[in-house]
Amino acid sequence: MSLKKKITMTVNGLTVNAEIEPRRHLVDFLREDLHLKGPHLGCEQGACGACTVKVDGKIIRGCLYLAVQANGCVVETIEGLTKSGALADLQEAFMRHNAMQCGFCSSGMLLAAAELVEKLPQSTREEVREWISGNYCRCTGYHSIVDAIMAVLQARAKGEKIKPVVALA
Amino acid sequence: MKAAAFDYAKPKALSEALAMLAEAGEDAQLIAGGQTLLATLNLRLSEPSMLIDITNLDELKGISVIGDQLRIGALVTHTEIEDSKLIGQHAPLLKAAAPHIAHRAIRNLGTWGGSLAYGDPAAEWPACSLALNATMLIGGPDGERRISAQDFFIDLYTTSLEPNEILIATEIPIASSNQVFYFHELARRHGDYAIAGVALVANKAGNVLSDCTFTFFSVCATPIMAKKAQALVDGKPLNDELIANAVGAARQEIESIADITNSAQTKQHLIGVLLERGLKHLIA
Ligand SMILES: Cc1cc2nc3c(=O)[nH]c(=O)nc-3n(C[C@H](O)[C@H](O)[C@H](O)COP(=O)(O)OP(=O)(O)OC[C@H]3O[C@@H](n4cnc5c(N)ncnc54)[C@H](O)[C@@H]3O)c2cc1C
Ligand code: FES
Ligand code: FES
Repeated sequence: MSLKKKITMTVNGLTVNAEIEPRRHLVDFLREDLHLKGPHLGCEQGACGACTVKVDGKIIRGCLYLAVQANGCVVETIEGLTKSGALADLQEAFMRHNAMQCGFCSSGMLLAAAELVEKLPQSTREEVREWISGNYCRCTGYHSIVDAIMAVLQARAKGEKIKPVVALA
Repeated sequence: MKAAAFDYAKPKALSEALAMLAEAGEDAQLIAGGQTLLATLNLRLSEPSMLIDITNLDELKGISVIGDQLRIGALVTHTEIEDSKLIGQHAPLLKAAAPHIAHRAIRNLGTWGGSLAYGDPAAEWPACSLALNATMLIGGPDGERRISAQDFFIDLYTTSLEPNEILIATEIPIASSNQVFYFHELARRHGDYAIAGVALVANKAGNVLSDCTFTFFSVCATPIMAKKAQALVDGKPLNDELIANAVGAARQEIESIADITNSAQTKQHLIGVLLERGLKHLIA
């Protein structure tokens, strides 16, 4: 007996058709089947945030979501969001503030930060800390990450945008 | 780890979901937000033969006001509650509690109904529903039934939901203009489950509180009300002496149980700390 299900979704703007087992997590599907290595796998329990991706415009944990649940949905990963430039100012601020070292947590951090910048643009430093407390970083400590997010919030509040010095590949 | 294999179905209506549940039997599990279920599947703490995805059921969606009741559908997410104007206006306690539930990416999927149905004693929603005197609306093979939050939470992860039933929605009396509330929890990291938490609701006139509910969570097998402390405070001017008496009563009447890191004595102590802070906040 095969339990496989047919699914269709949009991933980073492209339509994807696949046949998958229901138990396949969205993040495994993205990494193993679509070779999108931006979303990472850490804990597989929802605790670390490394697997964060967007589904229908909202951030979710890719390890606590099945690919079959994403049938008919719009999925975005760091790859697509980088290409579209949606995160360009956050990415630049992360570089300027040294908010990444190994980069393992960075895609999740950036996606979480982007939702904060969009949904709660008035956030205080404390609120930023609370918000990103759901994403683990084992390299930088959180200070530089909070600095980078604050820089973007402040620039956007003034109607400015932190422009990339080096064009993103 | 990865989940063991299972089948998956996504019914379009409540009746269809109930029929599937009846047919699949006890091996089937409902999935709403999946934010508890998938973590347990990944750890292979549970190996259902089938997941019935209920997120298409319109009967379980939306927040609305019906007369003097606020209706919250079981599929309403933690984020929707956090962001809802209706909730802010009619159930401010829920708005205050929402940001304490996990983190945004989890709140975006996790649901009100999933949290109530799971009945985690450390979770915010079961405690809030008890504090706000909520009524659960449940669908089953023989139609709908209603049950109060007081009778719904039975034991550790155990509610009065039968395996063939689905929680549809919850009704909460809307807040009156003289109603005050306090929500607070002590956790090691923001978003982690509380070591101990409290939800206080009362009507306030000057420094007199009435119709009080003092609900504690993460201290016992279910959320629990400090009924003796409530009765002590009810209708009397609140002063330091009365607060001290209420704190003493709450510490005596609630029999805390230890968790992996905190002893029952610690929790007993924290019950008093939380109640004292809350009552002082309410009359400040
Ligand atoms: C890292 C992490 C941290 C968390 N921290 C917190 C926290 O601080 N506080 C907190 O309260 N929660 C926390 N949670 C749990 C989260 O809030 C869950 O979303 C919630 O408890 C369950 O809701 P769900 O919709 O995800 O349910 P699911 O995981 O889909 O289901 C949970 C259970 O309820 C049943 N069920 C779901 N909906 C219904 C229904 N309508 N009728 C009958 N049965 C139903 C399912 O069959 C299953 O057994 C955390 C989760 C994670 C992963
Ligand atoms: S891998 Fe998903 S939260 Fe850690
Ligand atoms: S940069 Fe290495 S884990 Fe965050």
